[in-house]
Amino acid sequence: MIRRWLARSARHVDGVLLALVGAVLLLGLGILYSASGQDTARVVNQMLNILLALAIMWAVANVPPQHLMRFALPTYLVGLLLLVAVALFGEVSKGARRWLDLGITRIQPSELMKIGVPLMLAWYLDKHEKGLRLRDFVVAAVILALPVALIAKQPDLGTALLISASGFYVLFLAGIGWRVILGLAVAGAAMLPVVWSLLHDYQRQRVLTLLDPSQDPLGAGYHIIQSTIALGSGGLLGKGWLHGTQAHLDFLPERHTDFIFAVLGEEFGLMGILVLVALYFAILARGLLIAGNAPSLFGRLMAGSITLTFGTYAVVNMGMVSGILPVVGVPLPLVSYGGTAMVTLLMGFGILMSVATHRRLVKT
Amino acid sequence: MSRRPEIRDHQRELYYFRIRLAVAASIALVLFFVLLARAFWLQVLQYEHYHTLAEENRISIVPIVPNRGLILDRNGAVLAHNYSAYTLEITPSKVEGGLDKTIDALAELIEITPRDRKRFRKLLEESKNFETLPIRTRLNDVEIARFAANRYRFPGVDIHARLFRHYPQGEITSHVVGYIGRINDADLKRLEEMELLPNYRGSDYIGKAGLEQSYEQALHGTTGFERVETDAAGRAVRTLSRTPPISGNNLTLHLDLKLQQVAEQAFGSFRGALIALDPRTGGVLAFLSKPGYDTNLFIDGIDPMNWQALNDSPDKPLINRAMHGMYPPGSTFKPFMALAALELKKRSPSYTIADPGYFSLPGSSHRYRDWKPGGHGMVNLHKSIVVSCDTYYYGLAVDMGIDAIHDFMAHFGFGRKTGIDIEGERAGLLPSQEWKWKRFKQKWFVGDTVSVGIGQGYMLATPLQLAVAVATLANGGREMRPHLVREIQNAKTGAVTPVKPELISELPVNPENLERVKAAMVDVTRPGGTAARAGAGAPYTMAGKTGTAQVIGMKQGEKYVESRVAERHRDHALFIAFAPAEDPRIAVAVLVENGGHGGSTAAPIARAVFDYYLLGKRPAGAAATEEGAQENGDD
Repeated sequence: MIRRWLARSARHVDGVLLALVGAVLLLGLGILYSASGQDTARVVNQMLNILLALAIMWAVANVPPQHLMRFALPTYLVGLLLLVAVALFGEVSKGARRWLDLGITRIQPSELMKIGVPLMLAWYLDKHEKGLRLRDFVVAAVILALPVALIAKQPDLGTALLISASGFYVLFLAGIGWRVILGLAVAGAAMLPVVWSLLHDYQRQRVLTLLDPSQDPLGAGYHIIQSTIALGSGGLLGKGWLHGTQAHLDFLPERHTDFIFAVLGEEFGLMGILVLVALYFAILARGLLIAGNAPSLFGRLMAGSITLTFGTYAVVNMGMVSGILPVVGVPLPLVSYGGTAMVTLLMGFGILMSVATHRRLVKT
Repeated sequence: MSRRPEIRDHQRELYYFRIRLAVAASIALVLFFVLLARAFWLQVLQYEHYHTLAEENRISIVPIVPNRGLILDRNGAVLAHNYSAYTLEITPSKVEGGLDKTIDALAELIEITPRDRKRFRKLLEESKNFETLPIRTRLNDVEIARFAANRYRFPGVDIHARLFRHYPQGEITSHVVGYIGRINDADLKRLEEMELLPNYRGSDYIGKAGLEQSYEQALHGTTGFERVETDAAGRAVRTLSRTPPISGNNLTLHLDLKLQQVAEQAFGSFRGALIALDPRTGGVLAFLSKPGYDTNLFIDGIDPMNWQALNDSPDKPLINRAMHGMYPPGSTFKPFMALAALELKKRSPSYTIADPGYFSLPGSSHRYRDWKPGGHGMVNLHKSIVVSCDTYYYGLAVDMGIDAIHDFMAHFGFGRKTGIDIEGERAGLLPSQEWKWKRFKQKWFVGDTVSVGIGQGYMLATPLQLAVAVATLANGGREMRPHLVREIQNAKTGAVTPVKPELISELPVNPENLERVKAAMVDVTRPGGTAARAGAGAPYTMAGKTGTAQVIGMKQGEKYVESRVAERHRDHALFIAFAPAEDPRIAVAVLVENGGHGGSTAAPIARAVFDYYLLGKRPAGAAATEEGAQENGDD
């Protein structure tokens, strides 16, 4: 009976997507083994993270999209509540208030919102599918702005930007007018000085550092300088697995989390990067294909937003490590060490798979 | 959006959605392409640049200091060597919980004197933070064991085996060998200008005086390197390659340590200087400036107490009298004057004067006195040297004129540096009309010339210059550059490079004239001569000339009575000599400060040196004493 159940539930797992994700996960484990200094315990720990995340993905994939919709409002509201709680009672760590201590475990509500915000928006827009008007988009904008503002306040600029992006993708895919987009872009540009004045010193420093890393080679610029050295010295074919000197001699900071891409570039060279980028793009293409074929607006919006957000994560992380984007704390999806991000990502892929595989079921 | 009709058409809706997806996908594609372009730029186009940066990041070059070359005497006796000893060293940047507390805690285990602390503080001020600095050197076994057991309590503190310089002969060779000391800012600047700085990475010491200074480049060797892989914190992870250092070259001197010891003993309690040269090569056989000082005190930075003691000592042990002390040559100048008279045909050997005991310039009542009241009677050139007749030379000097004297004496090395291979030499003073005008804006008077005739007045020479002059005389007018180092041995290959004798100038003298002067100098050491006592019983022929250099001026008509004059104001005794006279193998200049008369104090020292050098005979405790200073003729 269990076998039959497994077989039935396995039908909701998208094979192509799983294969691509699995390939990146395996590649990631290999790099992590090297990046952690051949720390088996850390690799095992990451494998447990992956197994847990895969299980969640499997489970979510089996939830039909129309059921998923029911979680939208509660998830969003709980997430918002937790963010308020963080703002009021959150733990301060490294000068930012991001964590909520629940006694048993500490949670970071902003992670929840990575799924919660697009879910809420897709649900809201789907509910008003019959007649999307300007005021619907305004409401949608408020839905998006509330958590983003709270997260930006923590401060966690990177997450805030990425969640706005995921929300923006929903709005964009739902058909927000080009003029509005253009208007938003202009308004955004006009807001830059205001935003600049609201930034914390260290955030401004990061932007300035991006413009000229050599300004502060031992401070904020250190990360970028060392990671570009790691990448550049990797050359075409890399120094070989476990032979990255930058990584293994401690020059590279945060080398198994946010800067793990530099380890890949150093040890496997341009070829390694090419493989990873190709895999990422294949996942992106597969996700967009699923979105394009989704029968319901909710499915389309969710699948599209999740996929584009995933791509954004990848681009932002790789861009920051290779020194063309400011350093914001964004992990390399499916590769960086860490459980929360892994669960969030695979949960997203679970939704994608649900959208993909429940299509026929809905139709019949 | 308001102008858009209600979206009812699912196909149309999907079409718009797919367009948007396509736009998003295109943007994503472009972004991925940008990333790949960036990676291509970094990893292919800029590869060399970043490869170099990564290498620099991880590889640090750790210098390995070469062993300093040895300094040996002509027979292989060690004058400067290295020994290994354990030092307690502190790396201030790694110390936890305060430097003072650490040192206090260390002091409970290992004796650390206030002097050690003071020296450490001084080093600390001069050093960079990550350097390792010694606080105690020469630990004994018990101290090493005690520290080893407590090492865990002292992060940043370690025991290292280090090589130390040592000068086993101490004072006797101090002014020759010199010493090394810690490299200071001035040294660094000089090394940088000479582009030698890379070879001094890791080196703490550099030659500061004597041969250690002048042969620094030969002695230092070539610094080796270890390429060490380091982590971001600079900790060594492993050694990648090692280029061993090349030890410095060994110096073998002409100097004979035993001869030096004989000379030193012969001085007894007197201060002074002695230079013995091989006239044929210019090789320095003995080089003594007495008193010397313990050069070992200087190696790690002399402490203020010892420094003050040395600096304030009335004996001035830090002054290298042999080449820095300038004295009137006195009567030792006479043989050169005699040779000049013959060469310039101002006197013939048979020319004789009747010496009344003084000399007066025509039309002047001023009397230039002879050292012997009443005079020497009839004096020709030969006798003028043997009895050291002043009157003869007063007249001769006036006849020659100062410029002729100047030009002739310049050939013997007076008035200029001899070019010996250690630094700090002074040029002495060979006066001329031009010099006096430049120096004092004053005209030269004939009276000035009179005093110069007997090596007084403005005339000043260093003992080294006198030695070179007498060696040149002994060598038939060929002036050889005095040099201490005979050969340089490559520590790695063992190959020996001799230092070639260098001819500075050759004065074409008439051998006949030279023989006359030499013969007179031989008679100086025979009965009737001023150094007869010193020359008595010598189985070889010894040629010499005594001299006295006034320390205080005597008033006209006042008599110099030695016993009435404070010891420090007594005349300096001088003696120049060479032997064997017919084939000179050694030439010396001896200066005994406040020794009185050359014949009684300086000449016996030369005799002792000759006896040892030519016969291998050690004097039986024949130290010159003040007792013996009264005897014998004078000058």
